Amino acid sequence: MSNKLNHSMSLAKPDALEISNKQKIALAAGVIGLFILVLALFNTSFPNKAVFLTLSLGLIIGGIVVYSRDAYLTKLEGIKNDGVWFKSISSRGVWGWIVGVILTTFYIVLYFFPKYLGLGSDGEANTGLISLFDPLSHLLSGRNASQWFVYGTLYTVAILAFGYKFMLKYRHNRYQQLRTVSVMFFQLGFAFLIPEFMYVMNNDLPYYDLKSIWPLNYYIFDEWSVNGFLSNGNIGIALLLFGIISIFVITPILTYKYGKRWYCSWVCGCGGLAETAGDSFRQLSSKKMSAWKLERWLIHTVLVFSIVMTVAMIYTYLGYDKNDFWLTRDVFISLVVGFLTLVFAAVMYFKRQELGKDAKYGAIGYFIVIALLLVMHFTGTTDHLFYIKAGALRSAYGIYIGSIFSGVIGTGFYPILGNRSWCRFGCPMAAILGFQQRLFSKFRITTNGGQCISCGNCSNSCEMGIDVRAYAQKGENIVRSSCVGCGVCSAVCPRGVLKLENDSMEGRINPTEILLGNDVDLMDLVNKK
Amino acid sequence: MEHIVIIGNGISGVTLARHVRKLSDKKITIISAETDFFFSRTALMYIYMGHMKFEHTQPYEDWFWKKNRIELKKGFVNKVETDTKTLHFAEGDTLQYDKLIIATGSKPNKFGWPGQDLKGTMGMYHKQDLETLEAHAPNNKVCKRAVIVGGGLIGIELAEMLNSRNIPVTFLVREDSFWNGVLPQGESEMINRHIKNHHIDLRLSTNLKAINSDENGNVKSVIIEETGEELECNVVGLTAGVTPNIDFIKDSGIELGRGVKVNRFLETNVPDIYSIGDCAEQHEAIGNRRPIEAVWYTGRMMGETLAQTICGNPTEYKPGHWFNSAKFLDIEYQTYGWVFGERGRPEYEKHFHWKHEDDTKCITVAYDKNTNEFLGINTFGIRMRHENFDKWLTEKRDVDYVMNHLSEANFDPEFYSRFETEILKAYTNQLQTA
Repeated sequence: MSNKLNHSMSLAKPDALEISNKQKIALAAGVIGLFILVLALFNTSFPNKAVFLTLSLGLIIGGIVVYSRDAYLTKLEGIKNDGVWFKSISSRGVWGWIVGVILTTFYIVLYFFPKYLGLGSDGEANTGLISLFDPLSHLLSGRNASQWFVYGTLYTVAILAFGYKFMLKYRHNRYQQLRTVSVMFFQLGFAFLIPEFMYVMNNDLPYYDLKSIWPLNYYIFDEWSVNGFLSNGNIGIALLLFGIISIFVITPILTYKYGKRWYCSWVCGCGGLAETAGDSFRQLSSKKMSAWKLERWLIHTVLVFSIVMTVAMIYTYLGYDKNDFWLTRDVFISLVVGFLTLVFAAVMYFKRQELGKDAKYGAIGYFIVIALLLVMHFTGTTDHLFYIKAGALRSAYGIYIGSIFSGVIGTGFYPILGNRSWCRFGCPMAAILGFQQRLFSKFRITTNGGQCISCGNCSNSCEMGIDVRAYAQKGENIVRSSCVGCGVCSAVCPRGVLKLENDSMEGRINPTEILLGNDVDLMDLVNKK
Repeated sequence: MEHIVIIGNGISGVTLARHVRKLSDKKITIISAETDFFFSRTALMYIYMGHMKFEHTQPYEDWFWKKNRIELKKGFVNKVETDTKTLHFAEGDTLQYDKLIIATGSKPNKFGWPGQDLKGTMGMYHKQDLETLEAHAPNNKVCKRAVIVGGGLIGIELAEMLNSRNIPVTFLVREDSFWNGVLPQGESEMINRHIKNHHIDLRLSTNLKAINSDENGNVKSVIIEETGEELECNVVGLTAGVTPNIDFIKDSGIELGRGVKVNRFLETNVPDIYSIGDCAEQHEAIGNRRPIEAVWYTGRMMGETLAQTICGNPTEYKPGHWFNSAKFLDIEYQTYGWVFGERGRPEYEKHFHWKHEDDTKCITVAYDKNTNEFLGINTFGIRMRHENFDKWLTEKRDVDYVMNHLSEANFDPEFYSRFETEILKAYTNQLQTA
C-alpha cells in the first residue's frame, strides 16, 4: 500500500466521502454568497447595497450553518475526523492549494493594494467591494467603510459561523464549547463592535481592540497612537495604562494560573480564527523535530525584533529635556535595561537547572538585546537610530511581521502549513506567554499513567505541531511553551490519557523511563536514576 | 560487542531495544517482515478512517534509529539454528546473534471455516490486513456489505472502520452479548445498544458456518450456522481473537505451547533466547493474568523488564496492578484492577453497577463481599486516573473508601458534568436495600 492514501489530486473525485444533497445545497448557497462579494469586487452596481450585503453574508452564514448541522447532527456525539486525510481541502489536495492561493492573494491585496478592493482615496467615495460594506459601517459608526472594516466584518463572520460548526463537532465536549463561545464573544464584542462604538463616542481615539495586547498589538506605542490616547484626557490615559498593565500585570498572573491558553485559545482573535475557520487544517502542522527547532529560532527572533523595534519607536519621540516630561530617553532606556536584567537574573536564579543548555541561548538573546539598545542609545540622533532612519525599523516590522508573516503566511497558508503557523513561528506575544508558561505556570497536560497506546491521534491533531505522543508514551506530562491549550489532543485520545489541568508547580515536569503499571521495584530502580 | 537480535518491531521489541540502548552499548538489530519502521498497531484503524496517514502512526521519526544505533533489517526469518546462533531468512541470507529475542506478536485466529482464505477475507492485525481491506472495501460501491466474525476488541474496531465509509456491516457474535466473557452484563448490554445505534447489524449468539465464493475466488456470501441464512457480502473480517505468531520456530528446539514458553525472567528453555509480548507464554499464569497476554501495555512492560536482564541485572517480570483500556465506537473504556464478567468470576467478588440515563456512561466496581476490599473498576464514558486506582489497590482500600473518594480519580476534561454524587447516592441506596 502506498502511504499516500490521499487520492485527491483528481478534481473529479476529490473526496472518498460523499456529501449529502442538503450539504450540496448549503454549499451552493455559500458559494452564491461569496459570488455576490466577487461581483461587488468587479464594480457591479447593486441597486440596494444594504440588501445585497445582507443577502451575501446571510447566504454564507446560512450555508455554513446548514452544512454543519447536516454533517454533525445526523450522527451520534463523538470524534468526527472521518476522512480528514482523504478530503482534498484538508490534506493539501487540489482544493487545499486553490483555497490557499485565493486567501494569500486576498491578503496581499488587502495589505498592499486596498484600492483594488475599491478603497476611495483622497476623500472620494468607496467603490467595489468596500462600498458594499458602507451601509453596515454607517449603521455602526456613521462613517464610510475601509478595507479594515471589510476585513474585520468577514473575519468576525468566519469566527461566528465556523465557531458554530466547531461547537456542533464537539457537542459532547464542554471545554471545547465554552472555549469557542469565548472566542466568538471576544471577536464580536472586543475586536468588532466596541471599537466602532468607541469611535462614535470619541472619534479622536485611536482604534483599540482592548484584548489585543502588546507585542501582538505592535502599534499601540506608536507616536500617533500614544498622542491619540494622551490628547483624550482621562479615558485616553486609562486606555493607555490598561495596555501597559495588560502585558506587565494581567498577563503574567493569568498565565501563571491557567497557562497561556487563557489568551491564545480563549481570547485572542488570531487564535479565534485558527480554532474555528482553521480547525479543518490543524492536522497539517509539521511535527518534525526540525520544525520545532526552526520554531524556536524564528519566534524568539521575532520577539527580539519586536522589543527592540518598540523601544526604538518610543525612544525617538521622547525628549531629552527633563523639564518636558519626567520620562526622558535616559530614564526610559535605563528602565528597559533594568527590567530585562531583572527578568533575566530571576530566571537564571530560579530555573538555571531546568533550562539546561537552553540557558546559554537565553543568555545570548539577552545580551544581544541589551547590546542593541545600548548601541542605539549611544549612536542615536533625533532622526537616526542604528544609523537607520527612524521609523524605517517600525515600517519594516509592520510590513514583514505585521502584514506578511501574520496575515499572508499566517492565515493565507492555513491549508498548507496548518492553522497556527503565525502563532507557532511568529507571534511575539505567544513567545512571551510561552516563556511564562514553560517556567512559571500551574498549567500542564497530565498524562494518565501507563495508558498511552502511541496511536498518534494527539500529535496529529496538535495545531502547534507538538509531538504530544512523544511525551504521553513515556508517561510524562506535557509542559511546552508553545501549547495553546486548545484541548483537542485530550478530546481525540481514544484511551483517555490526556487532561489539561492547573495544579501545583511541584512534579509538573516528570520525566520517566518505566511507566506506571509495571513492577514497582523496577520503577523505583530506573526512575530514580 | 554483544549482538542483540530482536525479531519483531512491535511495541515489545522496540521498547526492549530502546531500554537496552539506554543501559548499554551493545549492538542491536531489529528484524521485521511487516514494515520498515515501528508503527502503532492499535492505530491501523485510524488510517482507514482517514484520521491519520500511515506515517503518523510511527512514534519515532526515521532518523531516530540511526541516531540511537538501532539497526533495522527487513526480512522474514524462516529458521532459527540455536546451536550455531544463526538466523536464516526467507530471502536466503543469514544473521548471527549472541542473544535472540522473539517478539513476533500474534496472528488472527482462523477456525477452519470453509472459505476462510478466499479473496476478501482478512483479519485486522498486520499492516497487510489493512492493505487488503483498502483493496476490497474502498467504498460502499465496491463493498456492498461486510460481515465481521467475532465479537471482541478488534471486531468492533473493524465495524467502526467500515462504518466510517458508510459500508453496511453485519457483526456476528458467538456470545449472547458483546464481549461478555470479559465484561459484566450491564456493561455488555449497554455496548450492544450502542453498536445498534450506529446502524450496525449486530447478531448475537450467531456463528459463521461457511464463506461462499464467486467464480473468481472472491467472497460472495456467508452462511450462518444457526439459521442457514445466506448473507451477501464482499468482505469478511475474521476477528475471533489472535494466536501467537510462532510457526517459524516450530522445529527450532525452543519449547512451545500455544506461545513461546518462558519463565518469569522471560527466558526460553534455550540459553540466550528470550520471548516477550503477545507471543510469550508464561509457564504459570501470574495472579489473575492469562499465561498469554496479548495486550499493548504488557508487551511494553515485558520489554522494559527484559532490558534489565539482558544488561546484567536479572529481573523477574512482575507486572503491577492490571489495567487496560479500549474504545467501543464513541464510548471509552478503562479498567483498573480486576472486574470479572459472568464467566470465571470468583465466588467472593461482588459488583456495584451504575449507569447514566443517557446510556453511554457506566461504571462497575468489584469488591470482596467478605472483606469489602476494593478489587477493581470498569469505567465507560468517564475517564479515571490510573495513579489513584493503582495507589488504592496497593493500599488495599475498602470499597467504601473508593466510592467516597471517586471524585479524586476523575480524569474527564475540565467543565465536564460530574457524576460522583449520583454514583455515591446509588451506592448508598444499594447498601440499604441489600
